[in-house]
Amino acid sequence: MQHLLEIVGINKSFGATQVLKACTLAVDPSETVVLIGPSGSGKSTLLRCVNLLETVDSGDIFFEGENITSARRTAHLLRRQIGMVFQNFELFAHLSAAENVMLAPVKILGISRADAHDIAVDLLRKVQIPEKADAFPDELSGGQQQRVAIARALAMRPKLMLYDEPTSALDPEMIREVLDVMATLSAEGMTSIVVTHEMGFARRAADRIVFMEHGEIIETASSDQFFGGTVNDRTRRFLDQILH
Amino acid sequence: MSVELVLKYLTSPNFLHGAEMTLLLTIAALILGVLIGLVLALIQESQTRIGTFVTLVYLWLFRGTPVLFQIIFIYNVLPSFGIKLSAFVCAVLALSLNEGAYMAEILRSGLQAVKKGQRTAGLALGMTGTQMMRHVVIPQAARIVLPPMGNQMIGMLKLSALVSVIAVEELLLVANQTASADFRYFEALTAAGIYYLAMTTAFMGLQILLEAVLDPKKRQRMRRLSLTERMLGMSKLAVR
Repeated sequence: MQHLLEIVGINKSFGATQVLKACTLAVDPSETVVLIGPSGSGKSTLLRCVNLLETVDSGDIFFEGENITSARRTAHLLRRQIGMVFQNFELFAHLSAAENVMLAPVKILGISRADAHDIAVDLLRKVQIPEKADAFPDELSGGQQQRVAIARALAMRPKLMLYDEPTSALDPEMIREVLDVMATLSAEGMTSIVVTHEMGFARRAADRIVFMEHGEIIETASSDQFFGGTVNDRTRRFLDQILH
Repeated sequence: MSVELVLKYLTSPNFLHGAEMTLLLTIAALILGVLIGLVLALIQESQTRIGTFVTLVYLWLFRGTPVLFQIIFIYNVLPSFGIKLSAFVCAVLALSLNEGAYMAEILRSGLQAVKKGQRTAGLALGMTGTQMMRHVVIPQAARIVLPPMGNQMIGMLKLSALVSVIAVEELLLVANQTASADFRYFEALTAAGIYYLAMTTAFMGLQILLEAVLDPKKRQRMRRLSLTERMLGMSKLAVR
């Protein structure tokens, strides 16, 4: 089977600091990969390289078998197939929840407003907040905003979802509602890469877990292997820290 | 003071024509000024070295010299380079070039106030740079720049009086000429003042209207409510 995404030996530096060192990772369709590691280990940068928000210095990235590494001028076409969810939600502040979901289908895909509205209502129901369709971002809780942001990304019918610490900015009582939505999507076969510290989510939803440190992929393990206890020493040390 | 004379001036074709000229000058200079400012702001936004240099020189020249100087300069110096323009065109040119410099700064601050994450979110959805600016950044920046732009609108209306020095028949020149014919300065200037106040009041009203239109929440409520509900609900909105 062809990988949906294949990252081969990518390097990336910001000035003198190398943030990604020869990272290699393949993701298959319907797979959920959880990326863990200490802050500053390059997890978010790796994610941003996948949809070309960052350019790599060397190495290759393949999406559906096609080398996209240097597709600068067609980056927007690639990004239409890859959804992204951010730590700070980044809902468009001037639009209601439904309008946030509708914007890309209407303006990018040219779908009629009426059809896009139907799509938005469906997706808001999927993320469990149909009643907030007309609310503006500043009228929503963090958890609600993040679920709208997931709906907004899904509206483009992406083949891959990237989650960049989706629950890090949330109050503890709101983390669950967001993770539930993500776990449901994963269970339905949405290919996902998730940068998170939520080990409970990893246990529930991940097929594989990738541990990064200092810009390197230290370990890639299946969920069973990972939670079965047979992990690398550095991984173990990190886990001991975050699990207290 | 003769109230009758003020009324006579107010309704005279001369004053009406002068007020029209003032309004026309103001609107033309504002539209061109906003366009120039937008281009300058976008050039600065693109952060190329040459673009930054060009805009800095522009701002330096047009903010660093008096508008009156620019008006007289354009009117008197351009013809010696073979560029012959009417006094009205010179006036609009000078006012809009000057306005562009101030608008550029206002628009740039508005664009910068839209946080980087909003742009990234637009790009991540697959928007091109232009789509992202148009659907994500500019609608949010527009709300931010509206109050300072309202100031500029009213400022321009008053600034337009300066072009009387190159004999454009605008309101102040008309009032001054009328007064110097029969020495009724009080009445002539009162009539002009009333026209100016009427126009600035209209501009302020326009600004309030635009602010309401650009406020997405108010707009949404307006759409949802019927006319009577809207009128009854107005006071509630004002209280919130």
